[in-house]
Amino acid sequence: MKKEIIISGFGGQGVLSMGKILAYSGLMEDKEVTWMPSYGPEQRGGTANCTVIVSDERISSPILSRYDIAIVLNQPSLDRFMPLIKPGGILIYDSYGILNKPSRSDIHIYQIDAMDKAAELKNAKVFNMIVLGGLLKVCPVVSTDGLKKALYKTLPERHHEMIPLNMKAVQVGMDLIEEA
Amino acid sequence: MNNEVTLLKGNEAIAYAAIRCGADAFFGYPITPQSEIIETLSLLKPWETTGMVVVQAESEVASINMVYGGAGAGKRVFTTSSSPGVALMQEGISFMAGSEIPGVIVNVQRGGPGLGTIQPSQSDYFQATRGGGNGDYNVIVLAPNSVQEMADFMDLAFTLAFRYRNPAMILSDGVIGQMMEKVVLPEQKPRRTEEQIRKECPWATIGRTKDRQPNILTSLELKPEIMEARNIHLQEKYATIREKEVRYETINCEDADYLIVAFGSAARISEKSMEIARGKGEKVGLFRPITLWPFPERQLAEIAKGKKGILVAEINAGQMVEDVRLAINGAVPVEHFGRLGGIVPDPQEIVEALETKMMRK
Repeated sequence: MKKEIIISGFGGQGVLSMGKILAYSGLMEDKEVTWMPSYGPEQRGGTANCTVIVSDERISSPILSRYDIAIVLNQPSLDRFMPLIKPGGILIYDSYGILNKPSRSDIHIYQIDAMDKAAELKNAKVFNMIVLGGLLKVCPVVSTDGLKKALYKTLPERHHEMIPLNMKAVQVGMDLIEEA
Repeated sequence: MNNEVTLLKGNEAIAYAAIRCGADAFFGYPITPQSEIIETLSLLKPWETTGMVVVQAESEVASINMVYGGAGAGKRVFTTSSSPGVALMQEGISFMAGSEIPGVIVNVQRGGPGLGTIQPSQSDYFQATRGGGNGDYNVIVLAPNSVQEMADFMDLAFTLAFRYRNPAMILSDGVIGQMMEKVVLPEQKPRRTEEQIRKECPWATIGRTKDRQPNILTSLELKPEIMEARNIHLQEKYATIREKEVRYETINCEDADYLIVAFGSAARISEKSMEIARGKGEKVGLFRPITLWPFPERQLAEIAKGKKGILVAEINAGQMVEDVRLAINGAVPVEHFGRLGGIVPDPQEIVEALETKMMRK
C-alpha cells in the first residue's frame, strides 16, 4: 500500500499540522512516511500545502506530479490540484468559499463541510481534525488507534487533556463526510 | 531516545545528530531554510547535558572564524547556513583549508544568485566542489538525499574532516532540510577529552608541551619555496582523498539503457522518474554521487560503458553535468535538465526530459 496525498488550504487552517499528524500516525504503524511542506510567506495568509506519503515500501520522491488523494480547503487549491489527481483517485473538499464546484467524473469526490461544523461546535481549532476524520472514513490510510497514539506521542503532556476532544472531532468528520 | 525511530525534519536531524556524535560546539547565524538547526539546538540545550557550546554569532563571517578557532584547538565544531551565508564564509573556509583545520560546514541551499529566494536549489555545487574561496584547495563534500543521511553524515563529516585535517561540507538543500521522514538517530557518543585531543590532534593549539616546539596554525607563508611545498602536500592529501573516500549509490544501473545522474533531493525526485520510466518499459537507472568532491568519476565512467545516454538532473543551470562530462569523456551522450531560482522539478518533468533529450521522442 502506498498513498500519495496533497493537503492544501489557507495558511492558518492547520494544513501543515494535519499532514504532520497523518505522517506521525503512519510512523506509529511502522510505515514509511514523508512529509514535505511548502514553506515561506504562505504562513502569513497565502496558500499553504504539504505532501504526505504513507507507504509499506521505500519512498522515492518527496515531490510529486500526481496524487492519489487531494484534500483541498479553498478555491485556489481546488483549481491547482484537482487536475493532478490520478484517475480513480480521491478528492475531498470543504465547500466553504468554493464557487466553482469540482467537476471530474473519473475520480471519487467527497464533500466535508468542516468549516461550518467547527463554527457550530464553537471550536475553529478542531477544523483540521474534522477533515482528517473525513479522510480516514473514505480511505483508512492509518487507523484511528494509530492516530491517537500519534497525538499522545507528539503533543506535549500539558495538552494531552485536549486529545479526547480531537478524537471526537475525528469522529464528527467521519460522520460528516459525504459523496458529492 | 537511544536508537528510537522518530520523525524529524532534515534540519532537526542535523541538530540531534551533532549532539549525539559528540560535537563540542556550534557557531551559526539563522537563515531560511535552515533556521530549525539553531532552533533545535537551543531547544535541546546540549550545554546542560554533553557540555556542547551553542553560540548565535553576530554574522556568518564571525561563525566561520569561530569554527576556525574551535577546530584549531582540536574540537569537533561546526557551523550551518544557507547559500548567501555560506558565500560569506568562503574566506574562512579557504583559510581553514590552507591551515589544515578540520571543521564541518552545513549548507542547506536556497536559490540565488545574491539573496535570491528562500526556496530550494542546488546551485552552490560549483562553490562547494571547486572551493569557493581563493587558492588551490578542496573541501570534502557530502550530499545527503534523506533525513536519515542528514543524521548519518554529521558524524561522517567530522570523521573525514579530522582524518584528513580538512574542512568537510554537508551540501543539502531546502527540500531535505524542510521535509520530515523517519530517522534512526545514532547513540550518544561522549565528547572527546582533552587527553584524547592531545593524542589524536598533535597539531592542535592547546598549549605547548615541553617535548615539542609551539604549534602554529596559519595559511600565511611568505617564502614561495616553502609555500609551494605546502601546496604540494595539500595536493598529495587531496589525491589520497580522491583515492579512498569516493562514495556513491546505484539503483537499477546494470540492465539500464539510460542513466539519470543526480545528487541530493534531485536524486530522490529522479528515483521516482526512474520508476515512472520503467513503468513505461524504458530501462532507466540512477547513479547518485554521495561525495560530490571527490567525485566518483572512475566509477561513473565504468558503469556508463555501453549505455545509450546520460541525463544529469539538477536543481540548477548545469553544474555537476560538467563533472559528469569530464568523467564520461565523450563516450556516451550527456544532457542536462534543471529548474532554476527555487523551482523544484517534479518527477514527470524529468521523465519528459529523458524522452525528449535522450530518447528523441
